[in-house]
Amino acid sequence: MAKEASMKRRRAIGNAVTYAILIIISIVWLFPFVCLIIQSFRSYITEFGGMVNYLIPKEFSLDSYKFLFSEESQFVKWYGNTLTIAAFVAVFQTIIVICVSYALSRMRFKGRRALMNFWLVLGMFPGFLTMICLYFLLKELGLTQQGAIPGLILISVASSGMGYYVFKGYMDTIPKSLDEAARIDGATRAQILYIMMLPLAKPIVIYTALTAFMAPWCDYIFASYVSLGNSDTYNVAVAMYRWVKTNDYQGYFTRFCAGGILVAVPVTILFMCLQKYYVEGVTGGAVKG
Amino acid sequence: MKEMEKNSGIFKKAGSAIVNFFKWLSTDLKDIGTTFANGDWKTRVSFLIMGFGQLMHKQYARFVAFFGIEVLFIYYMATFGATYLKDITTLGTKKSGWNPDGTMAYGDNSFFILLFSLLSIIFIFAFIFLWRVNVRQNRDRQILLAQGKKLATTKQDLHSLLDENFDKTLLALPFTGVFVFTVLPIIFMICVAFTNYDYNHQSPTQLFTWVGIENFKNLFSIGATGFGKTFGKVLSWTLIWAFFATFLNYFLGMGVAMLINKKGIKFKKMWRTILVMTIAIPQFVSLLYVSKMFAADGLINSYLMKWGWIESAIPFWTDPTYAKVLVIILNCWVGIPYLMLIATGLLMNIPEDLYESARIDGANAWQMFRKITLPYMLFVTGPYLLTQFTGNLNNFNVIYLLSGGGPQSMELTGSAGNTDLLVTWLYKMTYNNTDYKMAAVIGIMVFIVTAVISLVVYNILPSVKDEEGFQ
Repeated sequence: MAKEASMKRRRAIGNAVTYAILIIISIVWLFPFVCLIIQSFRSYITEFGGMVNYLIPKEFSLDSYKFLFSEESQFVKWYGNTLTIAAFVAVFQTIIVICVSYALSRMRFKGRRALMNFWLVLGMFPGFLTMICLYFLLKELGLTQQGAIPGLILISVASSGMGYYVFKGYMDTIPKSLDEAARIDGATRAQILYIMMLPLAKPIVIYTALTAFMAPWCDYIFASYVSLGNSDTYNVAVAMYRWVKTNDYQGYFTRFCAGGILVAVPVTILFMCLQKYYVEGVTGGAVKG
Repeated sequence: MKEMEKNSGIFKKAGSAIVNFFKWLSTDLKDIGTTFANGDWKTRVSFLIMGFGQLMHKQYARFVAFFGIEVLFIYYMATFGATYLKDITTLGTKKSGWNPDGTMAYGDNSFFILLFSLLSIIFIFAFIFLWRVNVRQNRDRQILLAQGKKLATTKQDLHSLLDENFDKTLLALPFTGVFVFTVLPIIFMICVAFTNYDYNHQSPTQLFTWVGIENFKNLFSIGATGFGKTFGKVLSWTLIWAFFATFLNYFLGMGVAMLINKKGIKFKKMWRTILVMTIAIPQFVSLLYVSKMFAADGLINSYLMKWGWIESAIPFWTDPTYAKVLVIILNCWVGIPYLMLIATGLLMNIPEDLYESARIDGANAWQMFRKITLPYMLFVTGPYLLTQFTGNLNNFNVIYLLSGGGPQSMELTGSAGNTDLLVTWLYKMTYNNTDYKMAAVIGIMVFIVTAVISLVVYNILPSVKDEEGFQ
């Protein structure tokens, strides 16, 4: 009896410690976001828009948000640019990944292994190596500066075929006997893909589209290169990076916070709604490599 | 000893590959010869006019494809390709200058000479390949007809693109995309590593040309202007970073997952959601904000000073050691949620009775972790750890958004900073210094490091050696 009681007590202590750790972890992970929200409500007119040594604003104000939607700033335009890029990339990238995955998972053709190995080796080159070459290629096509948005979409979509691993891994788990049954019934390969495979692969289609949609919101490097000096075609990352890093960041910090909130909230909500599919994709991808 | 055996194995493999290639080439040439010798007149004409034999047998789609490619290829080479290809050895000789009337006189553009020459060379090989396919099709046609079989009609040909040849339809666009926007630029940049393309040799106003392995010598030279010392420092930091970023995240993420999965812990979903939120918020918002939090005038320093814990601001981003430790710690903040997600799914797959029997045998929690959980996790996620490691070697965003590669150091050349990885260095070299030739050399180095690590680790992974190990 005494032993059982001590076991119980030990377990209760263990749980209490676990809760304590989890609460600390939650605070650490949420702290920056809470600060971000709080600081976005500091006025840059009546208080100060740069870095200050206190967290809670002296008075609550929406000035930073008002600025983003005012004539003075092009934030709405940048937001629209990013949204356009993200939407197009999500659609086209998903289509391309589906095509590649189906061909590699279901069809056996000459050069299949060679193609997969070749793309694997290509993936070992750092992406930024080719930046300068891509820039001049795009420039030849008239897709830089003014035309940066279609240019960025083209670059993101063009090489996305190489990112087939997670999708193909998922397709490999769908039994092949289903295909064979459909083929005996006279379905062509194309019909099998549209009618049978896509509905079965729905979770991973959503995962692919979601990750493709989220990537352009962070795309700073290449976007800054392609749209250099043309503020009409900036995306939010390029524009807001300048607010933080260039010389006038002292006055723009709270506006960065407000813009960050406006970017983060919709993306986060979308992500949270589709979280189930995301977890499935990430976990599956990790096991199959 | 073992290493040497492995190395000699590689050489043997390469040697036999070369021998096999020449064997294949000679049989293929012989095959083309016999096709011509035994061919009817339609086949023979097809050697010159691609698709002719197909046309005579009403395979119109094939004819249009082959003949169209031939016409386009000849047109491209005659009007465009050849003009660039002839300058490939010098990359242009005529500098841009000024006309007497004050207008610009454009000379050769080394950039386009190199780029379009490479494109032309690739087109030539592709054309030879297609020509070979054309010859083979004509031979197969003769054989089929000799056997009294029917040829595929145009309708059947087109239909097959949605059925047995569906892979060609599916892969045509992705393959072209990867070719134009990845393969061609990579080959181009590899070539640039052997030229003097930099700030002083920028096209279109200036020319650049081949310099052999000069840039590689520069990378390894230890002298005052050489890159040797900086390269060694950046490379070792890149490896240290990748090691910590991978394994710290891995074990801490697994730890957090085990805490949440623990029996008797409530609100499992809530804990997970809090962590997952960090994945959802775009990195450029969260990381830029966090990097500002640790700045000299940021929140952390301000409050520590206000509370009187420190006299002056901690130089988080200006002291090399602080900066290095901080990026590794902050990367845990970024990476743990992913690992938590992955580990949660996998931990649930471990059969509960394994733990039960271990408990009956009197094992404590640590022993169970060491003997059951860890081996299982390492086995299942081995390949993932490898991709994580190589991904971290190239983890651009975290370093660039947090520290920007800084703090800068006078001891390092090529504007490298103390926390620069090879990739961020490469980026700076391209963007700030316009030193394209050295950027290309570093890019090749990154590739070599990644490839060697992948190859070595892949061969010692238990899940590759022994696929059935845990089933």
